[in-house]
Amino acid sequence: MGDITLNHYLVLSAILFSIGTAGVFLRRNLITILLSIEIMLNAVNLTFVAAGRFFAAVDGQVIVFFVMTVAAAEAAVGLALVIALFRHRESLNPEAFTSLKW
Amino acid sequence: MAFDAILFYVFAALAVGASLAVIGQRNPIYSVLLLIGSFMGLSGLYVLLASPFAAVIQIIVYAGAIMVLFLFTVMLLNVPREDAAEWDRTHPLNRPGVRRLGGALAVLLVLQLGWAVWHVSTRQPVALAAVAPGEVSSVAQIGRSIFTDYAFAFEATSLLLLAAMVGAVVLAGRVRE
Amino acid sequence: MSFDPVFFVQIALIVVVFHALLLAAAGMVWAERKVAARLQQRYGPTLTGPAGLLQPFADVIKLFFKEELKPRAADTALFYLAPVISATTAFLAFSVVPFGPPTTLFGLLDRPVPLYVADVNVAVLVVFAVASMGVYGIVLAGWSSNSKYSLLGALRSSAQMISYELSYGTALASVLLLGNSLSLVDLVNAQSGTWLGVIPRWFVFLQPIGFFVFMTAGIAETNRAPFDFPEAEQELVAGYHTEYSSMSFALFFLAEYVNMVTVSAVAVCLFLGGWHLPPLPESLGFVWWFLKLAAVLFFYLWVRWTLPRYRYDTLMQFGWKFLLPLAILNLFATAAGVLYFGL
Repeated sequence: MGDITLNHYLVLSAILFSIGTAGVFLRRNLITILLSIEIMLNAVNLTFVAAGRFFAAVDGQVIVFFVMTVAAAEAAVGLALVIALFRHRESLNPEAFTSLKW
Repeated sequence: MAFDAILFYVFAALAVGASLAVIGQRNPIYSVLLLIGSFMGLSGLYVLLASPFAAVIQIIVYAGAIMVLFLFTVMLLNVPREDAAEWDRTHPLNRPGVRRLGGALAVLLVLQLGWAVWHVSTRQPVALAAVAPGEVSSVAQIGRSIFTDYAFAFEATSLLLLAAMVGAVVLAGRVRE
Repeated sequence: MSFDPVFFVQIALIVVVFHALLLAAAGMVWAERKVAARLQQRYGPTLTGPAGLLQPFADVIKLFFKEELKPRAADTALFYLAPVISATTAFLAFSVVPFGPPTTLFGLLDRPVPLYVADVNVAVLVVFAVASMGVYGIVLAGWSSNSKYSLLGALRSSAQMISYELSYGTALASVLLLGNSLSLVDLVNAQSGTWLGVIPRWFVFLQPIGFFVFMTAGIAETNRAPFDFPEAEQELVAGYHTEYSSMSFALFFLAEYVNMVTVSAVAVCLFLGGWHLPPLPESLGFVWWFLKLAAVLFFYLWVRWTLPRYRYDTLMQFGWKFLLPLAILNLFATAAGVLYFGL
């Protein structure tokens, strides 16, 4: 306990990133997998903002701004892919999409 | 304990708890909503970090736009809940050898994280509150930085967004015969 | 810890603002009925209290004693969460809106108390962020009810809110360029004084197009006629809240009116000079602020009972092909004006 240091934020970010990674491995639903990727992106964002605060620089928040733009693009394309895949297979289980695998 | 520290633990608990719940249950619509809860926690942490701009765009962009997109997809597809039996059958990690290795790695990771949590404030005792925030909370300064130092990246993201928009329309739109 | 009256007043302010919003919503229900009636050459409520003033309270009591119904196929948790989200976001946005210059309560306090709940340096963005969260209440209500009318209403409403949010944000951005700040207090103070001694320095005179876009998008954001598709009675029964009854319905009802008050309050602060009314003294600032707010709210009622509802596709066309390009052109013009003429 006591004062909050940069380390607190870094450890929190590591925990969140691990949760996101676990989600990608454990879940069998494309939407939840995309959500887990968002958790990982957010964990990284937290690191940037905390480091920016520590070094008293705005660059951390600028990078967060860019990460969010990329996340928005990723979500849009990812969800469009999910919709297209769902039309073909009526399922969101990644194991249903194995026609290209041999 | 300082008020800031209490808030840190509250928001951190919200972010971690909601994230755990996101990956911990099988109904995607609840996952989406819980993730919004996690973003609220992160947004609170950004406020504690004297970065209101990051906190607000976290809500506007993530909670207000990206998550709406997810919610729409879940609602429109009427996504079925994940089936436990199917999970057991099809999951690639569900083989004995893989399970043992994965379990060992997971234990290692948890040990590492536990070690980090234990030593969190002893390794670097400078409290963030003691660091001068400088220009961190100035939106004007962020804008100046984006349009000068990061001008190329900014233009590149506009191209990226355009490509994503076209891609999403092409992928999700139905072909008219 | 010594007793600090200013701190106490600020706590009291939070309580007062919350209840004032509740009362404002009740007042709006009454005003809506009266204005509608007058525009249709009727009298409106007359029996409940003087001029029917107690009608909203009668409504609330009636809603209180109604049975709370829930469709069997509904998702219980989300069904009850949705109205709470709607009402919370409606109240939350008001917390950053200033409604008067700092006051000493006519000399009762030793130093001035600012008349807002919170002044954050990104207030405008906070208003925008909270507005963008409001969509969840509607979407979840529609989805969790498990009824086709609710779902259609919710889908329409969220598509509409997301589309008009862009114009709303762009209109806000052009004001920010003029005021050179994101804090609502700074923006209001940038509008003090006059041009040529007669015209108040309100942004509405510099930004007529911005004001038009903001008000139009504001109507769409609050889901009111002529953009009230989420609850288009003739097509969708009652839209997203078809399945709601009793107090959960009352919460949606409350949220709609509180949202209206908030959007109008933001319009007053951004475009109509807030508490500045040049020839008149600033010490009574909050009175001018309330008068302006009442005028904007009346404008909303007037529009609702005058214009017919759009068709859904015309609404989307209007939003994307007319309002958004207009807002963007206005933003460019404003930026050029600030850059080359130093407005």
